[in-house]
Amino acid sequence: MSQSEFETNLNSADSAVAVFERDDRTFLSNVRNAVRNYPTLVPALVLIVSILIFGIIAPRFLSPGVLSLVLQQVTVIGIVAIAQTLIILTAGIDLSVGAILVLSTFVMGRLSVSYGVPLPIAIAAGMAIGTLMGAFNGFLVAKIKLPPFIVTLGTLSVFTALKLWYSGSESIRNSDIEANAPSLLWFGEAAARPFGATITYGGIALILLAAVFWFILQHTAWGRHVYAIGDDPEAAALSGIKTDRTLISVYAVAGLICGFGAWVAIGRVGSISPISFEEINLATITAVVIGGTSLFGGRGSIPGSVLGALIVGVFTTGLSLAGVDDYWQMFAVGNLVLIAVALDQWLRRATQ
Amino acid sequence: MKNITHNLEPVLQAKGLMKRYGTVVAMNGADFDLYPNEVLGVIGDNGAGKTTLIRAISGATAPDHGVIELDGKLVNFHTPDDARNAGIETVYQNLALSPALSIADNMFLGREIREKGIMGKLFRKLDHKQMETFARDKLSELGLLTIQNINQAVETLSGGQRQGVAVARAAAFGSKVVIMDEPTAALGVKESRRVLDLIQDVKSKGIPIVLISHNMPHIFEVCDRIHIHRLGRRLCTVDPKIISMSDAVAMMTGAMEPPTEALDAR
Repeated sequence: MSQSEFETNLNSADSAVAVFERDDRTFLSNVRNAVRNYPTLVPALVLIVSILIFGIIAPRFLSPGVLSLVLQQVTVIGIVAIAQTLIILTAGIDLSVGAILVLSTFVMGRLSVSYGVPLPIAIAAGMAIGTLMGAFNGFLVAKIKLPPFIVTLGTLSVFTALKLWYSGSESIRNSDIEANAPSLLWFGEAAARPFGATITYGGIALILLAAVFWFILQHTAWGRHVYAIGDDPEAAALSGIKTDRTLISVYAVAGLICGFGAWVAIGRVGSISPISFEEINLATITAVVIGGTSLFGGRGSIPGSVLGALIVGVFTTGLSLAGVDDYWQMFAVGNLVLIAVALDQWLRRATQ
Repeated sequence: MKNITHNLEPVLQAKGLMKRYGTVVAMNGADFDLYPNEVLGVIGDNGAGKTTLIRAISGATAPDHGVIELDGKLVNFHTPDDARNAGIETVYQNLALSPALSIADNMFLGREIREKGIMGKLFRKLDHKQMETFARDKLSELGLLTIQNINQAVETLSGGQRQGVAVARAAAFGSKVVIMDEPTAALGVKESRRVLDLIQDVKSKGIPIVLISHNMPHIFEVCDRIHIHRLGRRLCTVDPKIISMSDAVAMMTGAMEPPTEALDAR
């Protein structure tokens, strides 16, 4: 191998090329590295610590009954937060998840309760409608290249209008569902009652769904592509990933999860109302952010988001048990979001 | 060697490529030939259209007009994936790596290996172990195993190490052509040397290389022929053994007409 003249001294040079012994092995940088390598560490710790603290403030909180109530309360938010996580991982956001959820509940409810359609078909139709609405969002984001925030802000209104039109602004009552399609309520039933706790099928569904999507994100090519697209879309495209197709599929899968969440939501609430779940959009974004997923995409995890939803549940339940007013609960959750985002920024800075 | 390549057909050939961005003409009838077993340097001033030419032959940009032939067969690349499937690998200037993903993930981005058996077929589970082993082998081939952990995120690597990962990816998968866009631009002297040695390694595997660079000493050291690009088209190709660096620069900037005797015989 010939060398240029100015390189002739290279042979005698130190052969250890680019060794990266970091010299900043301080306590803080160790913490930072640990958090970067295990991003669910922080929400897991926050959850445990907050449960303990509320247990001290309000001893009743640590009873199995109350803890399982928290799980029940966050079941639907947790499931929709899984959908939201997929989208935020691609550096997007979905403000229309709540509208998709409720519209899907009405498709399921109307078909099975009012028209007597067999339940599996009604549920499949509801989930299909959810998928379709998600795919529509994805099409606008990937093909028309509109910012996800604007797209889903628009479809939030569109889907909400469709929801009000289709529901006729009327609820489907619990007694009607029980009479015509009782299996729609299955996810609200208790699967087990260990030590006075009530574990519903919905709670189990949340955990299973989270496990399934954790597997998909970590162990399938599609999952790696979701991260790559959120990280650097241009690099992903140059690496041979079909970014448009993947993006559309992410939004469609998110719609499908919302459709499934609709079934769980019917069981959780017991009835179907056009004005339910109006604040779930922001609640899921809150859960995702507290769970350590970056709003800038490419970083985060499904278990984190479920933990994030549980943290919000623990805070609201714990504070109300401690006799704190509603607005201070909101105040606390808001602060959690700010701390989570600040933490994310700190981690990002460390990587640049 | 020259006599052998003379009789060969080009591996990769482009004829009369045109590309317009609005009113800007990036390629104006650009031609391009790459012969087997050679390192072809591509030089040109900023804005000469080198990048657009390279994007066209690597599938990242579709030309408005013109044809591209690979092994004498007409090809139509619409995405980088098309070019990759045809055996053309590109190391882009921005490296096209996903910073938050691991080295192994990045090496296999877009062509992941699935596990055998039911987990792979039914659940589409990836074979992380095989991919990691492969990535580690490729990196140690290139002497880049100062990297301790194949699962560390690419963002934790230095510029030179990232370049190494990108080059290793291209060298591992490029079966027909490897294109490198400014591979030494961000590197120090020693790391540049690594990449130049690596170019020779890839060449010795029988894969022709296209090297785009502004670094004349590097170009003149490793290239068998030099393609000089000017004003959206090929001005000429020259033999680095005949022509001097300053003449090449003069031609590329338009200060000098290409003298006919320096033109490559092909």
